[in-house]
Amino acid sequence: MLDLLWLVPALPLAGALALLAGALRFGKRTTTAIGVGSAGLTLAAVAAILVQYAGMHGETVARHVFNWISAGDVTVDFALRLDPLSAVMLSFVTLVGFVIHVYSIGYMHTEGDRAYARFFAYLNLFMFAMLTLVLGANLVVMFIGWEGVGLCSYLLIGFYFDKEYCAAAGIKAFVVNRIGDFGFLLAIFWAFKVFGTVDFAGMATALAADPGRYAAAVTPIALLLFVGAIGKSAQLPLYVWLPDAMAGPTPVSALIHAATMVTAGVYMVVRCNFIYRLSPTAMLVVAAVGGVTAIFAATIGLAQNDIKKVLAYSTVSQLGYMFLAAGAGAFAGGIFHVFTHAFFKACLFLGAGSVIHACSGEQDMRRMGGLAKKIPVTYWTFMVATLALCGIPPFAGFFSKDEILGRVFAAGAGNLNGFGASYLVLWALGLAAAFLTAFYMFRAVYMTFHGEFRGTPEQWHHVHESPGTMTWPLKILAAGSALVGLLGVGTAITFGTDLNWFESFLHRVAPTVEVEHAPALATEWVLILLSVAVALAGILLARRFYSGAEAFAAPQRMAERAPAVYAAVANKYYVDEAYDRAVVRPLGKLARFSWKGIDTIAIDGTLNASAFFTEIAGDLLRFLQTGNVRNYALFVLCGALAAAAWLLL
Amino acid sequence: MTVPISHFVTFAAVLFAIGAAGVLLRRSGISILLGIELMLNAANLALVAFGRQHGQLDAQVFVFFVMAVAAAEVAVGLALLVAIFRKQRSIDVDRLNVMRW
Amino acid sequence: MRADLIALLPELMLATLAMAVLLAGLASGKARHGLLGAGAVLALAATGVTLWLAAGATDPGAHFFSGMFVLDHFAIFFKALFLLTAALVVLLSHDYLKRNDYRPGEYLALVMFATVGMMTMASGVNLAVIYVGLELMALSTYILAGYFRREVKSHEAAAKYFVLGAMSSGILLYGLSLIYGATGTLDLATLARVLASAKPGPSALVGVALLACGFLFKVAAVPFHVWTPDVYEGAPTPITAFMSVGPKAAAFAMFLRVFIGGLAPLAASWIWLVGVAAALTMIWGNVAALTQDNVKRMLAYSSIAHAGYALVGLVAGGPAGVNSVLFYMLVYTVTNIGAFGFVILLESRGYAGETVADYAGLARRHPAAAFGMLLFMLSLGGIPPTAGFMGKLYLFAAAVNAGYVWLVVVAVLMSAVSLYYYLRIVLQMYLREGDGAEPATLVAAPWTERVIWACGVAVLVIGLLPAPFLAAARAMAGAVGLL
Repeated sequence: MLDLLWLVPALPLAGALALLAGALRFGKRTTTAIGVGSAGLTLAAVAAILVQYAGMHGETVARHVFNWISAGDVTVDFALRLDPLSAVMLSFVTLVGFVIHVYSIGYMHTEGDRAYARFFAYLNLFMFAMLTLVLGANLVVMFIGWEGVGLCSYLLIGFYFDKEYCAAAGIKAFVVNRIGDFGFLLAIFWAFKVFGTVDFAGMATALAADPGRYAAAVTPIALLLFVGAIGKSAQLPLYVWLPDAMAGPTPVSALIHAATMVTAGVYMVVRCNFIYRLSPTAMLVVAAVGGVTAIFAATIGLAQNDIKKVLAYSTVSQLGYMFLAAGAGAFAGGIFHVFTHAFFKACLFLGAGSVIHACSGEQDMRRMGGLAKKIPVTYWTFMVATLALCGIPPFAGFFSKDEILGRVFAAGAGNLNGFGASYLVLWALGLAAAFLTAFYMFRAVYMTFHGEFRGTPEQWHHVHESPGTMTWPLKILAAGSALVGLLGVGTAITFGTDLNWFESFLHRVAPTVEVEHAPALATEWVLILLSVAVALAGILLARRFYSGAEAFAAPQRMAERAPAVYAAVANKYYVDEAYDRAVVRPLGKLARFSWKGIDTIAIDGTLNASAFFTEIAGDLLRFLQTGNVRNYALFVLCGALAAAAWLLL
Repeated sequence: MTVPISHFVTFAAVLFAIGAAGVLLRRSGISILLGIELMLNAANLALVAFGRQHGQLDAQVFVFFVMAVAAAEVAVGLALLVAIFRKQRSIDVDRLNVMRW
Repeated sequence: MRADLIALLPELMLATLAMAVLLAGLASGKARHGLLGAGAVLALAATGVTLWLAAGATDPGAHFFSGMFVLDHFAIFFKALFLLTAALVVLLSHDYLKRNDYRPGEYLALVMFATVGMMTMASGVNLAVIYVGLELMALSTYILAGYFRREVKSHEAAAKYFVLGAMSSGILLYGLSLIYGATGTLDLATLARVLASAKPGPSALVGVALLACGFLFKVAAVPFHVWTPDVYEGAPTPITAFMSVGPKAAAFAMFLRVFIGGLAPLAASWIWLVGVAAALTMIWGNVAALTQDNVKRMLAYSSIAHAGYALVGLVAGGPAGVNSVLFYMLVYTVTNIGAFGFVILLESRGYAGETVADYAGLARRHPAAAFGMLLFMLSLGGIPPTAGFMGKLYLFAAAVNAGYVWLVVVAVLMSAVSLYYYLRIVLQMYLREGDGAEPATLVAAPWTERVIWACGVAVLVIGLLPAPFLAAARAMAGAVGLL
């Protein structure tokens, strides 16, 4: 079965090609059979491969598909590599991918046949690109997948192309990503120049044999690779495209912009951990960018009212956690968070999609409320995933987030690479972000599902639970959100017994960088309790501010009977204002500053300004093109004179 | 008494410059054509002179080729000018400015 | 003598057949588009077979006509590429000429004459031979640019191209005479020996600079690119397609042969000149393309930018650099002919087809053709899995290995910029609705469509399976030196 590894990317590609070859003229039934069928077959193939692989004790299987580029001293094979790291990625990419394909049947059923087929063709194409990225045995194959997922992301964000902002968001995503890709491409060239190969195994062997020889090149290569990761995984300062990318259909947000594609940057860093671990500087940069992004995006999340925007900023923040882990040497911990995050964030997005579906396309949480009664399945699955995201035991996010915070603290306390103080600061940021995460997620839960409905009666009348094709994926993902954490139970939780299957499985390809003085068991327990306490505090604060039926109903009655009392009650009704003044005015300012100031003005501004100046330059160059042939002749002669003068001098 | 090579080279350079100036400064298509011919002939002159200096025939033979090419070039150029004149009633190259920017 | 003639047989044959096409065109009273077009394609194919036979019958290392002419692998690669280009252009022209009602005889003959010139350029190892080939190609393209004599733009394009082209050939010839004066030879191998043994004087350096200018003009590099936008816009579109790939590839063939071959000892002097020209070309071409609304003009600037990328490979030098330029020429040829084919398809279907706005909503009306254009735009932008990505990857890898990292940084940044204008077309096709009415009648352009299909398949195949093509390019460039 391992010889059929090439089938894994080939099956979704075949699906995409079949849909395109049908020139998108298939009816919905045929499209579903091809699109979802190919995803299902892929899942089956991966399951069969992983079952066989499970008995192989994590050895690396490389399958050379064909000799791809071979000219001069450049040789690149189209080779696939199955090792514990890619096996983990494969498992959730195909599982979550399949589930989201199924979900899309229900979600997209109102589209026309053509749009429906187009959607599934792109979705299959995305699966192909993502699986190529994951299985690539060298940087170039990985880059093909990397660009492929970027292209699909662009096409799918702009799926509703009749809306101007969707098309603009697609272009924005593509162009911002290209800035990151520019770094990645340079890193590939550099690595090729230094190592003479871009094969992961080859580079690792070369580095292991003679680390001193490559000492000078390791840091720049690692940093350039990280530039690529920053773009793809939406980290500071290139995260701006991800919130806009929510313009795409919700299954796309769940699959591409939460569970799989955006984690490709983390995967790439972990895949190249043999480079990173040799460069303390690059490690610290990765950790710092991750930690700062985690808290930065979390504060923005506080100020959002669009349910998908909340989740988008949350994704940016959680990706920050993953990089924080990788930068602290906890490579397996980072991937573990990728793994658990895929389940609960996909569940949250699909849940949000179900809510939007129920509310006839409404995305603003201020016009929701009380939905729990009408759409219980969506509510309960959303709740499970939220608890997982907040890090409440025993849900999945608890184990992965706790692992990350513990490792970062250990890196700080154990003075990893001499940057102990920096890691302690980053740990504090991570802890604060955990608090904010719990707060804004429960704010979303209360605003959406609890209290009274704040939309129009027609909307309320229309609210209905989604069909089975949509609720079953939610249930599956919710079960995953609740359970997959048990695969990586930290050693401290089991009082020193090593039950962390996940980390030992990944140990061969991505061993954690151990610090000399690991914290004592008691310290670790304090950390665990602290992170749970912080999450609970966030939840309680959100509950205080956003729940309680009277908060929304009482003011109306009070105001009629006793205007004098109204002011007091109004304070409760305008709980946002109180919260705003007491807690969030400082935070809110920061949030608004991050969002309006940094995001809109500084970063969008810089991008727009550079585009603007490039266009101005283009216009200036146009005016040199006067259309007069004698001016052209002058150009040519001056050029010739300049060239002659240059060679003479 | 032989004329030293430097005289030929200087003369060719001056001729080339005059030709280039003609292309730049004249607006009539015919004059521009003449300027181009001057540039080509400056190169021819230099080639012949260098050929004599090196005592070889290569360059002198090459000059015949260049002259043949130049003749063909003039034929094409004049044909184009005729076509343009028929269309626009003018051979002023400054009026060829439909396409720009 | 017999061996000489065998080596020259492909050129002789194509020139003869071109004259036959010319005469047939004159003899047939009414324009016989199909007959003459088929004749031209058959002639090109027959020349290809002859080339194959001649290559088999001669020694690739041998020199012919007193050391002035070779038929090495390098020349064979380029000749095959030129024949392919010419055949594709003839097929593209078929529907276009018929629709615009111009006689095909002279047109097809001129395309073939230009091809003979290009083939001579690829084989010449003597500056005189290269010059004669260059002029044959240039004179034919001047006329072709102005072939649509009822269009003002076509005239103007021809006049501008002619004035500037003739002037640049004067500059080139003058530089050539200075080099001859300093070294006493026009033969590239002797030139390399002489230049290696003695330190060149100032006149030789000026000669090299002027020669470089002439060559840079032909590849349309900044600041000698000024003619390109106007000429590309005004010329009949199939001729624009031809000029953007054929003569450009031929210019690169002679550029490689003369600079990497004969002038290699002076590399320290010219490499910076060419490197800076490459950087300027990439920047100028891409930035100026951003604000163009006319698609032909945008593709003209894009072709300037692509000359810049290819110059990066020339600067890199060595077998890897030469190899990468050869491969890039192949990639660029199929991509750009496909892209121009799409422009022609639109023109011939009653669209204006020239402004970006005309592309709105095309994906919905013509999904297959729009998908082809998507491929060509991605390939020009260098996005995998298309051929353009492979070409760039290989070019840039060669340059990085040769130590020109700064040049690659410029190149990669500029290809990111280029996506903006390539994607604009994709955006128009896929993400916008056309506000214009449906076209009244769709004129069938079967041959144009077939060419687009062929190019689209080639772009994908080269992008997905580049190994055999790269191997071919390597066998061509690496088997023997350039002299």
